[in-house]
Amino acid sequence: MNRETGVQSDGGRIHEPVHVPGHASGDRPIPENHGEVSDSPLPLVALDDPHLRPAAKNVRHTERWIAFLIALAALGFAGYGAVYWQGGQPQLEGLTLGIGLLAIGAALAAWGKYLLPRGPFVEERHDMRSSDVEREQMAAAVIDRGKLVMRRRGFLGKMLAGAAGILGVVIAFPVIRSLGPLPKLALDKTNWRKGSYLVTIHGRKIKEDDLEVGGIITVFPPGYEGNAMDQTVLLRASTSPFTTKAGRETWTPKGYVAYSKVCTHAGCPVGLYQEQTQQLLCPCHQSMFDVLDGAQPVFGPAPRPLPQLPLMIDSEGYLRAQQPYDQPVGPGFWERS
Amino acid sequence: MSETATSKESTTTGQGSSSVGIGSGGSGTGARHQGRFDSATERALGWLDDRLGVGKGRSLLDKIFPDHWSFLLGEIALYSFVVLVLTGVFLSLYFVPSTKEIIYHGAYAPLRGKLVSEAYASTLKISFSVRGGMVIRQMHHWAADVFVGAIAIHMMRIFFTGGFRKPRELNWMVGVTLLMLAIVNGFLGYSLPYDLVSGTGLRIAYSIILSIPLVGSYLAFFLFGGVFPGNGIIEPRMFILHVLIVPIIIAALIGAHLFMLVRQKHAQFPGKGRTEHNVVGSPLYPTFMAKTLGLFFIVTGVLWMLGGLVQINPIWQYGPYQPYKVTYAVQPDWYMGWLDGAMRIMPSWEFTGFGHTIPLEVLLPAVLFPGLTFTLFYAWPFVEARITGDRAVHNILDFPRYRPKRTALGAAGVAFYFTLFSASATDVLANFFQVSLNTVLWSFRFLVIAVPVVVGIVTYRICKELAAMPVTDEPKRSVILSRTEEGEYVMEEASIRPGDAPDDLDPIAVPARIGAGVEDAGLDEDGLDKEDIPGELLDKVPGVRRVTT
Ligand code: HEM
Ligand code: FES
Repeated sequence: MNRETGVQSDGGRIHEPVHVPGHASGDRPIPENHGEVSDSPLPLVALDDPHLRPAAKNVRHTERWIAFLIALAALGFAGYGAVYWQGGQPQLEGLTLGIGLLAIGAALAAWGKYLLPRGPFVEERHDMRSSDVEREQMAAAVIDRGKLVMRRRGFLGKMLAGAAGILGVVIAFPVIRSLGPLPKLALDKTNWRKGSYLVTIHGRKIKEDDLEVGGIITVFPPGYEGNAMDQTVLLRASTSPFTTKAGRETWTPKGYVAYSKVCTHAGCPVGLYQEQTQQLLCPCHQSMFDVLDGAQPVFGPAPRPLPQLPLMIDSEGYLRAQQPYDQPVGPGFWERS
Repeated sequence: MSETATSKESTTTGQGSSSVGIGSGGSGTGARHQGRFDSATERALGWLDDRLGVGKGRSLLDKIFPDHWSFLLGEIALYSFVVLVLTGVFLSLYFVPSTKEIIYHGAYAPLRGKLVSEAYASTLKISFSVRGGMVIRQMHHWAADVFVGAIAIHMMRIFFTGGFRKPRELNWMVGVTLLMLAIVNGFLGYSLPYDLVSGTGLRIAYSIILSIPLVGSYLAFFLFGGVFPGNGIIEPRMFILHVLIVPIIIAALIGAHLFMLVRQKHAQFPGKGRTEHNVVGSPLYPTFMAKTLGLFFIVTGVLWMLGGLVQINPIWQYGPYQPYKVTYAVQPDWYMGWLDGAMRIMPSWEFTGFGHTIPLEVLLPAVLFPGLTFTLFYAWPFVEARITGDRAVHNILDFPRYRPKRTALGAAGVAFYFTLFSASATDVLANFFQVSLNTVLWSFRFLVIAVPVVVGIVTYRICKELAAMPVTDEPKRSVILSRTEEGEYVMEEASIRPGDAPDDLDPIAVPARIGAGVEDAGLDEDGLDKEDIPGELLDKVPGVRRVTT
């Protein structure tokens, strides 16, 4: 169609009227080419209809670009093959196949965007809502047949519900209960016992001279090296005992002090020790605990001090636990009192 | 394409097949109709139609896709998922889902002789010893980040344009579920290699579950199979969730999402010829298919390039997970940042009493807050309908500027989550700006309220401003400005070229048949009769080559 003249050069062919929705007031046109294919000729749009023109300003030009992109893609793919053949190298692999995929993608997208009919095309939308009659029939079917099932059999229905309820409960046994043990006291107790030696990750017992002042090491009860709940930081804050909290005077022989390494916030290992400030820092959400003050949290979201492990030094000079932890270690939970 | 249209003898597939008749029969439509049964495509379609009635599905080929860039976002998410499945299958051929400790003997020298989990060792193997494995593994990770990002931005698009309103509330809710599952599966996958950083993330996840009142410890024990880290059962569980169960649910929901989309048809922006009762754009076949296939390859190409060129999650630098070890600057993938930030700026409010503990410092930011977030997301279509009282069907989208309140609220929300996300870098920021952590912490506690308020107000103002500007329906036209001999300037409307203003045409239904046009008007392929056809017209007809002499 020539815009200026309005001439439709359809070469004398049958040209079905084209519906322009929104123009006819209110009544929505049904496109004739919708629906079943019958023997009658389908509505036809002439090839030179402006809607079928490509969007490209210069078709030849666009085609050349697309040809270039496809050639580039082929090169990229081949390049990837070559790189792989040579033993592979991540950056080159990424570059070659990446360029290939991008180029083929761009070519296809350009083909669709610039060379195919530019439209615009329209499709009618049908209401989701059914007619009143259909709605009523549907509701009637559901309700009436439902009533038929239950009529004067309310008792059976209740039995059915009861049986289903039992199934619902017992099915949870294999599906959920089998998954793990009950918590019982697992969260409250650690493997530290009265008299446990303090050993390193390699199982070596710690002796009274092993740490300089300012030294820090992670310790476990023997046999539980690496255990997530038992991990404990052993620090040497001075050479003589000091008081972290009233009543804990004997817990820090020779300036050694031990705290649970499990952060009371969300359980990360409290691994960083700042000697000048005498603080333990948890790298996860930056809670800070004051070593000299019973690991009282001084910053961050941790709500409670790290539990302290009472220490003693035995006659052979080995560091040992006087007592287990006097409270659950780590983050809070409902059963913790 | 142009060749097919020009050559009268071409009787190939696709669009060409509808011009079969042109070649064989000449001008009559009856002849064209008989000619149809000549083509192999026709016979194949007939074969299928006899058995499955595919002919009745033609309207699907005509499904209209609005031409607006913002409609690509969902497709990007979809194609990222396709990439995740493809690369994920590759990874699962080599990955060993086990926390059993072995002595490492692989290709990465610095770790040789160290005790590592089988999961960790096999991830190193994928990275260093499987040819092409590094790219695929990094591509999988990048695709996960892009997947969640595309979903989030897609959701914002729907929100700001009111695409969630009746009749699309259900699809909005499916979308919210997809966002949630994408985040969950991303976290699960991220944890699989069992490196120091992701293991620490698992430890935090365990504590988060533990914080739930009443059932928390039971849940944690059942999920992990005991006290953290749960005797090694966590790997097969997380593995099967990650590679099978969650992806299947996601795939099914994507199916439901698209089914509803086809059934309800796309919503569209207002514009010429567009009403509540139609959709204007490009048809599925062939235009949209070509474009979207192109987009698929572009998404794949970008992800592949990222996978090859941009390092992500170098687990060999973090080391294997040991519960007592920790690295500095622990950061999860970006889509977990908002939760991490919330946990960081939360005050340490633990409740104890009546023999019980409620760890509010974890429960609030990591359980209740995301719970509330997603509840609000789910409920939003209904909340808004209640506020506005608008219960009508909407197939025409809003321009955000005409809904200043919703737009301001949405922008404030985005700002809120973005501030929380930034708060997950408190330690990094404190280091970078050389200020105390305390300063950074309190700044964020303030900013998390102030930023959304300011953003909301500014957005509201901008909307009002934009909405007050006059709009014309007239498409932009190019003009020719020229200076006359006398120094006067004259402006002329330039003649219209195809492509200048595609929307100036009235939309038509997608043609089932495309007939002959200019070519049939007594012209042959090369001997175009230039005299009879205006040159300008020739330019516009696809496949008509202009012969210059
Ligand atoms: C919603 C879709 C998915 C998301 C968001 C996702 C995300 C992730 C992420 C972030 C990783 C960590 C990668 C790393 O840096 O090491 C990962 C690992 C993995 N994913 Fe997926 N994934 C998805 C679907 C799948 C599917 C469908 C499969 C398999 C059929 C799969 C198989 C794997 C395997 C085997 C690993 C462990 C190997 C490794 O870590 O390199 N994923 N996933
Ligand atoms: S886990 Fe230690 S601060 Fe959060």
